[in-house]
Amino acid sequence: MISPSHYWHGFVGVQTREWLRFWQQRTRFASALVRPLLWLVVFAAGFRAVLGISIIPPYDTYITYENYIAPGLCGMIILFNSMQGALSMVYDRELGSMRVLLTSPLPRPFLLVTKLLAMGGVSVAQVYLFLALALLVDVEPPNWGYLAVLPALILTSLMLGALGLLIATWVKQLENFAGVMNFVIFPMFFLSSALYPLWRMNEASPWLYWICQFNPFTHAVEAIRFSLYLSWNSQAFGITAGTTLVLALLATASFRPQRTRILGKDSA
Amino acid sequence: MTIEARSIGFRYGDQPVLKDVSFTLTSGRFHALLGPNGAGKSTLFGLTTRLLALQQGDLILAGRSLKKHPTEAMSQLGVVFQQNALDLDLTVRQNLHYHAALHGMSGRVARSRSHRELERFGLLDRADAPVRQLNGGHRRRVEIARALLHQPTILLLDEATAGLDIASRNALNHHVRSLCDQDGLTVLWATHLIEEVHNEDRVLILHRGQLLADADGYQLCSDQGNRDLATTFHTLTGAG
Repeated sequence: MISPSHYWHGFVGVQTREWLRFWQQRTRFASALVRPLLWLVVFAAGFRAVLGISIIPPYDTYITYENYIAPGLCGMIILFNSMQGALSMVYDRELGSMRVLLTSPLPRPFLLVTKLLAMGGVSVAQVYLFLALALLVDVEPPNWGYLAVLPALILTSLMLGALGLLIATWVKQLENFAGVMNFVIFPMFFLSSALYPLWRMNEASPWLYWICQFNPFTHAVEAIRFSLYLSWNSQAFGITAGTTLVLALLATASFRPQRTRILGKDSA
Repeated sequence: MTIEARSIGFRYGDQPVLKDVSFTLTSGRFHALLGPNGAGKSTLFGLTTRLLALQQGDLILAGRSLKKHPTEAMSQLGVVFQQNALDLDLTVRQNLHYHAALHGMSGRVARSRSHRELERFGLLDRADAPVRQLNGGHRRRVEIARALLHQPTILLLDEATAGLDIASRNALNHHVRSLCDQDGLTVLWATHLIEEVHNEDRVLILHRGQLLADADGYQLCSDQGNRDLATTFHTLTGAG
C-alpha cells in the first residue's frame, strides 16, 4: 500500500526534474518560441490585410488579426511541445528516465499522468513567455485573463500529451517527429480555429468546417481564447475535458513498454 | 530476502523466449545469470522489473508476488540497466534525488541517503557535476548508488559492465561482490561474459529460453568434468 506522502514525493520529484531540465536547456526552450513568434509577427502581418475578423465572441469589439491568432499560437506551442515530449518519452531522449520512472513502485497510470503534467507545466511556462512577448505587437488580453487561462492551458497540454503518448505507443511508422508533424500536428493545427474563425471556414467549405468541429484542438483553442478574455465557453471546456479524460485513460491503459524502446533494442 | 521464479514463460508473438524457467536465489549471495546474447536474460530482467508483463508463472520478490503485490515487490528491488538510465543534463545528486522521490523519500531523507551512498562509492567530489561530464565507470557507480538509495534487499544488474574497459569492469564487479558481504544484498548479475563469473558464485545458465544449469560454479564444473567455468559453459550451451 502506497502512502499519500509517497504519491506526493513522487509527484514533486517528477515535476522538479522536468523544471531542472527546463533550466538546463533554457536556450533550447526559448528557441522553440521562434516558430509562434514568426507566425504572430510575419504571418499575421501578411494576412491582416486579406482576412477581416468580424465581432465574434469572446471579443466585444473589432480586433486585429494578431489578437485573433494569439490563442491559437498558444495552442500551437503546447501542440508541438506535447507531441515532441510524448514521443521522446518512448523513443529517444527520455528512455533512461522512463526506465527509472516505470520501475518505481508507484502505479503506472499515476506516473504517466504525472509525467505528462510535468511536461505540460514547461509548455505552459513557454506560453506565458510567448504572451509576454506578444505584448510588443499589442496583443493585450485583460490582466486577469493571464490567470484565468491557466486551467485551459493545463487541460490542453494534458490532452495533447496523452494523444502523443497514445500515438507513440501504437503507431510505429510515426516514430520520427517529421512523420508526426505531417500526419498529426499540421492537420490538427490547420483544421482548427487557430488561424481563422470557423464561420469563415464554413463559408469556404462546409465539410472542412465539420472536420474542424470534430477536431478537439479546435475546442482547446476556443477554451484558451475564451478564458484569456475572461469568458466562459462550456462547450469548448466540456469537449476538451472529455477528450482529455478519454485520451488519458486510453494512453495509460494501453501503454506497454515493450511496444516502445523503453525496454531496450535487444530485448531477448 | 530473495527472488523466486515460478514457471516463467514468455513469448514475443509466436516466438517463445523463456520456457518454464524456475529458480530460487539465496539471500545475501552473488548470483551470475549467464547466457549468450539472445538467451532470454534481458526478457527475464524485463519481467522482474515489470517493464514486461508476466504471461506465465510468477516472480516472488522478497516474499511478495509481483503479480499480486507489485508495489511491495518492486520496493525491494534495486535495478541497474544495461543502457544508461541517468539524466545526462542533471547532476549526480539531482539524479539521486529524483530516484529517491519516486521511492517516496522526503527531501531530508533523500539528501542524507544520497550523501551516504556517494561517500561509500567515492563520488562525493563529483556530486554536483553533470552526469555528462563523468566517464563510463563513474556513471555505472552512480547507477549502483542510485539503485541502493531506497535500501532494497535485491540488486539486479543487466550487463552492467557493457561499454567499460577491463579495469573498470573488474573494479565494478569487485565492488558489487563486496555489497553482498557488507549489506547482505542478494545480487543477480546478468552477463554474457564468462570472465565476470567466479567458481564460488551461484551460476544460472540460460540458453534459448531454458535454464540449463543452476548450481555453484565449482559444482557445475565438477558435474561436467571440466576444470573451469568457460569450458563448462561451452559444453552446456555449445557456444564457442
